[in-house]
Amino acid sequence: MMITITYIEQLFSGVYLTLQLLFCSILLGLLLAIALTLMRLSAQRYLVGVAKVYIFVIRGTPLLIQFFLIYYGLSQFETIRNSIFWILLQKPFACAILALAINTSAYTSVLLKGAVDAIPKGEFEAARALGMSWFLMMRRIILPRAFRIALPAYSNEVVMVLKGTSLASTITIMELFGVTKQIIAETYADIQYMLLAGLIYFILNAVIMWGFRYAESSLAITASSNR
Amino acid sequence: MTFNYFLLLLSGVKITLALALLALLLGLTLGLVGAMAEFSRHKLIRYFFISYHSIIRGVPELLVIFFVYFGSSQVLNLFFTHPINVNPFAAGFIALGLLFGAYASQTIRGAFLTIHASQIDSGRALALTKWQTFYLIKLPQAWRYALPGLSNLWLVLLKDTALVSLIGCSELMMQTQAAAITTQQPFIFYAVAALIYLALTSISEGVFYWCHRSSTHT
Repeated sequence: MMITITYIEQLFSGVYLTLQLLFCSILLGLLLAIALTLMRLSAQRYLVGVAKVYIFVIRGTPLLIQFFLIYYGLSQFETIRNSIFWILLQKPFACAILALAINTSAYTSVLLKGAVDAIPKGEFEAARALGMSWFLMMRRIILPRAFRIALPAYSNEVVMVLKGTSLASTITIMELFGVTKQIIAETYADIQYMLLAGLIYFILNAVIMWGFRYAESSLAITASSNR
Repeated sequence: MTFNYFLLLLSGVKITLALALLALLLGLTLGLVGAMAEFSRHKLIRYFFISYHSIIRGVPELLVIFFVYFGSSQVLNLFFTHPINVNPFAAGFIALGLLFGAYASQTIRGAFLTIHASQIDSGRALALTKWQTFYLIKLPQAWRYALPGLSNLWLVLLKDTALVSLIGCSELMMQTQAAAITTQQPFIFYAVAALIYLALTSISEGVFYWCHRSSTHT
């Protein structure tokens, strides 16, 4: 256990990087998911088709392949290396956030679509009767309601993103799992440090679930008091 | 020349499928045992399985795979004098089976909870033993409800086999990496690997659709 003290600084920086990856990819993923859900709900057939193909491809392929495609695959092309995107795409951190965000957006949009389907059709009709445009109806009525319905299932999705950040260690990002592998390579104390990393992930998991349960209870109270 | 590398990818698909099927076998067994254990009267068995599935579900899959691979060889080295290396394929399918079993136990437990108590009572009234009621009454009815959840878990399992490449098992992902590094054309090979995984998941979804149709005969 004395050896652990010398590695605490590395472990802390690893956890910090993990949390950065988690927050940035959840934010970006949520924005993409809202756009995808709106595309699936739109009246234009081609938008619905594009969204369906995107969701099918992203949900059907492993996250590891998506990481490697974005990090190693895109750097193969001259045009991308000379373009303006290269400033961002050459950094593994940005590629990791992009891959995680794309992955979580596909799963989250399925959750949101299911939640929108659970909203009574009367809400749509009332909004239309009040003369709201489609965008205004989505922004003010449907999406907030859908978020509240999808919140419990979304907490599971956030936990999956946390587990996905451990894959970022395969593209040279020193987040918690990468730091653990490095320490194990130096000390050969596999079981001890893997148990420690597992414990830290478990605690992060518990904090996320606690946060969502608090959010669920506070939102449910507000919703019922508005009735 | 690149065509030979595509044949290499197909050889990786064989190992991927073998990994997934063995892990499915182990995972379904663990899932059934875990589901039954949570209904048990003995506190020790209940708490053991509850802690098993809470820990496995709360930790990244990569960590479980690495823990089984490196941890098992370390533990075995404690007991024997000469160094023992665990086969990455074996460690891979055991870890994936543990992961599948943790999630499957919850799915199967949910399926068992949908069975009405009257079914169990009628089994006892017909003088069936506990194992007979389980096999003849509970299992056929719970199977229908468990199938959608289990099919989702199978798709997750197929995709998690890609992680076993990181401990050195030569399944599809590792062959793709080898081909990509040798030919310096990563995009085409990772894209083809993605298409192969898509094909595997589509075929699996077709099989499950057929299973669902044949199990809900009314």
